Amino acid sequence: MEDSLLIDATERYINGQMDANERIYFEELRKNNPELDQQIVEYIYFIKELEKFGDRKRLTHKINNASSLLSKQGLTKPFYANPQAKVLFLWNKYKKTIAVAASIAIVVSVISATVISFFSPGKQNNIKPLVEKLKQQDAKYKNLEKQIGQLNQLNKKEEKPRLESNFRATGFMIDVNNNLIVTNAHVLSEASHQIIVENRDGDQFSAQSIYTNTVNDIAILKIIDKDFKKMRPMPYSIKSKNAELGESVFILGYPKQEIVYGEGYISAENGYEMDTSFCQLSTLANEGNSGSPVINKNGEVIGIISSKETNSEGVVYAIKSTNIFRAMEEIKKENENARITSKPSIKNSVRNYQIKKVEDYVFMIKGN
Amino acid sequence: MNIVGQDKILLEGLANQDNNAIESIYKLNFQTIQHLILNNKGNPEDAADVFQEAMIVLYEKSIHPEFVLNCQIKTYLYSVCRRIWLKKLEKQKRISIQTDEFDQVISIEEDIKEHEQSNIRFKTMENALSKIGEPCKGLLEAFYINKKQMQEIAIIFNYTNADNAKTQKYKCLNRLKKLFFAEYKNL
Repeated sequence: MEDSLLIDATERYINGQMDANERIYFEELRKNNPELDQQIVEYIYFIKELEKFGDRKRLTHKINNASSLLSKQGLTKPFYANPQAKVLFLWNKYKKTIAVAASIAIVVSVISATVISFFSPGKQNNIKPLVEKLKQQDAKYKNLEKQIGQLNQLNKKEEKPRLESNFRATGFMIDVNNNLIVTNAHVLSEASHQIIVENRDGDQFSAQSIYTNTVNDIAILKIIDKDFKKMRPMPYSIKSKNAELGESVFILGYPKQEIVYGEGYISAENGYEMDTSFCQLSTLANEGNSGSPVINKNGEVIGIISSKETNSEGVVYAIKSTNIFRAMEEIKKENENARITSKPSIKNSVRNYQIKKVEDYVFMIKGN
Repeated sequence: MNIVGQDKILLEGLANQDNNAIESIYKLNFQTIQHLILNNKGNPEDAADVFQEAMIVLYEKSIHPEFVLNCQIKTYLYSVCRRIWLKKLEKQKRISIQTDEFDQVISIEEDIKEHEQSNIRFKTMENALSKIGEPCKGLLEAFYINKKQMQEIAIIFNYTNADNAKTQKYKCLNRLKKLFFAEYKNL
């Protein structure tokens, strides 16, 4: 066999590109030709070695990037210790870094709820509300399913009647002392009787609206259910400045019965028809995403998903996070204890870690 | 989530060469290592070099299918850096590293040995690549390192079609292989 053919076959073999017959033939060939097999073994070893070389080159490049990035931020600046106290200093330093790592890892759970929809008067033309209206039958079916599931848990806890919901949206925790959840105002227009929030485990808690502002499309709910357990402060903060153009963000919400993650970036500083209360994202959002938190890589909530353009795919509008502070100021007039309870712990963490931290604080909002 | 959980995520990220994970590991550990080196006759450049080497050791471990880290990333990196730096100092016949009972050091001899082997192969490959000359070097790097498609490579290197580029690639690979083993077997 010619060298080039042999290399080609070997490469297709290690990349799993051979079909079953060819593979059997190739392996048979190796078995019956020790000399050829030796050559193939050498090729496999060598190609792997070359790929490892490439991997390491890429990694070195990335480590250098990280190094120069951190030194630009002044985070690698050495400070020389007093020579007499070297050992102690080193130990203290070491302890300190352990403490930082530990504090990042403190367990914090998060609640949130999602509704993507927006009925603002006079602005409905090209904008689609993202509240999902559940078909009554679907809800009944789900309800039945839940009840069957719960039959098995009867001993565990007293049965609470499940709410028959006619919409689903998202919301997220902003005050763990008062159990306040922020969502869209348009979401609540769907609920004329009852509002509940549902966590990832499907536990439902009754809530009531304590603030709505239909101009900014913002609403704040209070969980009034006595079964709701107080949560730790949120791992994310709420950004008090506007997000920057091009900033990459992620969203967590309930476009379906389970939490869904999405990615995107800030594509414009203002919303539909230059509305300055909103910003524009390039991402995908669906019915049910209303009220989803929009979070940047520093773990700051920069907005709340509200609506999307119906004419073009991927254009989504979010209420700027500054409006959350304004809403909280209003609430403080009634309840001076109300405050945003953040204990940021996900800055610069890897994304799946950030999601794990945040998802408990994102809730489904339902009602009828 | 505890530290173990966070480390697990960071290691998965490192194995995939995720930039965020690399930055986080750097940020969480570099200062500790820098102190170790600076307090033991090194300068900031030494610290960066040693730390980079230790991250590579950790990476090589992390991509291993049966890999389990049975201590914290911090402890591991510290131990590896300490060992690497100690060896460098010994080579330069400078005073041995200052030890203290607080240091959390685990045994990483096996890993260091393995890494030294992988260093030799890396250097050998680097030498071999520098000897084969262009266009071979560029062609092989484009395919095996930058993972470009043959069609794309044909365009970049002005081959009339992907098949011609492929034939050239085989010739280059064979030459590189000979150079590599000639040097490697002599070691």
